[in-house]
Amino acid sequence: MTNRVTMNKKTTYFLAITGLLLLLIAAVLFSLSVGEMHIGLGDALRLLAGGGNSDSLEYMLVTQVRLPRIMLGMAVGGALSLAGAMLQGVYRNPLVEPFTLGISGGASLGVAAVIVLGWQASLGGLLLPLAGFAGALAVLALVWFFGTRKRQVNIQHILLVGVMVSFICSSGMMFLMSIASSESLHGIVFWTMGSLDEPNTALVWITVGATIAVLALSLLFVNPLNALRLGEERALHLGVNTQLAVKLLFVLASVLTGLCVAVAGVIGFVGLIVPHLVRLMFGNDYRILLAGSFLLGASFLLLSDVAARSIIAPNELPIGVITGLVGGVVFIFLMSRKIAR
Amino acid sequence: MFTLENFSCGYPSFRLSEISFSVAKGDFIGIIGPNGSGKTTLFRGITGVIPSTGEIELDGSDLRMLSLRQRAQRIAVVPQTVEADSVSVEDFVLMGRLPYLPRFRFFETRNDIEIAEEQMRLCDIFHYKSKLMTELSGGEQQRAAIARALTQQPDLLLLDEATAHLDITHQARLMKLIRRLNETTSLTVLMIIHDLNLAAEYCNRLLLMHNGHLCAQGNPAEVLSEERIERVYQTPVFVHSNPLSGKPVVMLR
Repeated sequence: MTNRVTMNKKTTYFLAITGLLLLLIAAVLFSLSVGEMHIGLGDALRLLAGGGNSDSLEYMLVTQVRLPRIMLGMAVGGALSLAGAMLQGVYRNPLVEPFTLGISGGASLGVAAVIVLGWQASLGGLLLPLAGFAGALAVLALVWFFGTRKRQVNIQHILLVGVMVSFICSSGMMFLMSIASSESLHGIVFWTMGSLDEPNTALVWITVGATIAVLALSLLFVNPLNALRLGEERALHLGVNTQLAVKLLFVLASVLTGLCVAVAGVIGFVGLIVPHLVRLMFGNDYRILLAGSFLLGASFLLLSDVAARSIIAPNELPIGVITGLVGGVVFIFLMSRKIAR
Repeated sequence: MFTLENFSCGYPSFRLSEISFSVAKGDFIGIIGPNGSGKTTLFRGITGVIPSTGEIELDGSDLRMLSLRQRAQRIAVVPQTVEADSVSVEDFVLMGRLPYLPRFRFFETRNDIEIAEEQMRLCDIFHYKSKLMTELSGGEQQRAAIARALTQQPDLLLLDEATAHLDITHQARLMKLIRRLNETTSLTVLMIIHDLNLAAEYCNRLLLMHNGHLCAQGNPAEVLSEERIERVYQTPVFVHSNPLSGKPVVMLR
C-alpha cells in the first residue's frame, strides 16, 4: 500500500514501453505491405524469412527497397526524437529541437555546396552525405568553441550561438541557391525536404547502428536528466556531474542529428513534437521519455513515410509535409484535451 | 565536526576573505548578515558549486577528496528558491535518493521509498504526495524541498533562508524539527536566516557575516549586541531579552 504510487509507476512505464513497442511492430508490418504495389502481409513475411522466389519482383521490392527504407525510417525517426528529448532536457527548454542549434543548417550548407559545385556523383554518391555530416560537425565545433569558456559549457550561451549559426547557415544557403543553376536548385530543394530513400545500404546500417548506440548511452543519463529538471546547481547538490552530463548529452545528440540529416535530409518537427507527445501521455520523467520518444518517433516516421508514398502514388510527397501536418494537429489535439481536463 | 580553515571562495567581483570556524556534530548554527554579505556565496563554496581555497573537512575527511556523489550523500542543501516543475511531490522528494542510486537503476527500492515517506511525514507534506509541485504554495514547496534534503540522509544540512516563505506556525515547526533532528540524529545544521529573533530563539550559535568577512561568532546573546547590529545593518535597533526564554530579541528603534 505504501508503495502504491511508485510501484504503479514502474508498471505504467513497463506497459507504456510494451505498448509503444507493439505500435512499432505494427507500423513495420504495415509499411512492409503497403505501397505502390500491394504485397499481402503474409507474403511479405514469407519473403523476408527466405521463402518464395528470390528472383521475383516482390522479393526485390520487399528486401531491397522497403526493408532498408523501414530500417532507415525507424532509425531516423527514433534518433531525431531521442535527440530532441535529450536536448530539451539539457536546455530545460521545451522549444528546443535537434535543428535549433544549426546542425541541420550546417549539413544543408555542406550538401548545397557539393551540389552547386556539381560533385554530387563523386565517391559513388557518398560525397553528398559526407559533406552533410562534415557540415554538421563543423557547426558543432563552432558552437562548442564559442559556447565554452575555460572548459566550462554555458548552456544558454551555446543555445544563443547555435541559433545565430543557424541564421548564418540559412544566409549561406540563400547565397548558394541564388548562384545555383536551375537543375542544382532543384537538387538542393529536394534534398532539403528530406527523404527516406537511401540507395546505399551501408549508410542505412551505419545510421541504425549509431542510433542504437546513442540510445544505449543515453540511458546512462536518465537520472542526471531528471535531476537537471531542478536546475543545474540543484542537480549538482544531488551528486550529478552536471558539466560532464551536459557536454556528453550535447555532443551525442548533435552527432546523431548530424548523421540523420546527412543521410535523410532535413525532416522537421519529429524531434520537437514526439518528445512532447510522450510528455503529454506519460509525464515529464526521463525514465520513460528517452526510450518512449525513441519508440514513438520510430513508429511516427514510418507511418508518415507510408502516407507520404501513398497519398499521391505513384508520386511521393516530401515526408516533412506529413510529419509537420500530422504531428502538429495531433499535438494540438492532445494538448487541448489535457487543458480541458 | 565540520571545520573551515582559512576558507575562501567567490567571483571576480566579490570574494570572501579567509574564514575559519568549526561546528560540533549535531550543532545548529544560524548564519546572519545583511544582503550581499556573502552568506550564499559561502554555501556555494561549501557545496563545491564554485571553487574554493583553504581547508574544508567534515568528520575528519577532506570534502574536496570526495566525489560529487559521495559529497551529496553527506551534505544536503535546501536552496533559496524551489524550482517547481510539474513533478509529483513524492517523485520530487524521492530525488533525494539519487546520490545512492546505482547508475543503471531507475527505480527506487522499497527502502528508499520508506525513507522518503518518513521525511514527508516529518515535514508535514505526506498528504500532498500525489499532488504536483506546481500545485503547492510557496511554503509547502519549501517543506517539500526540506523533505528532499533530509531524504539524502546527510550529516550536514545547509538551509538557505528556508523559513522565508513559511508562516509563523511552520517557521516554528521547522525550527523545532531541526532542533529535534540535531538531538536525535546528530544532524549538523547551517542555516542562513534573516529573522534575527527566530535565529536567536532556536540556533545554538550564530555566525554574523559582513562584506565577505565573518565578523562575529558565538551564542546569540554574544553576537546580537545593539552596537554590533547597528554597525553591520546600519539601522538603529533595540535589543532586550525575551521574558520567557531569556534569548535576545532585536527590535527596530
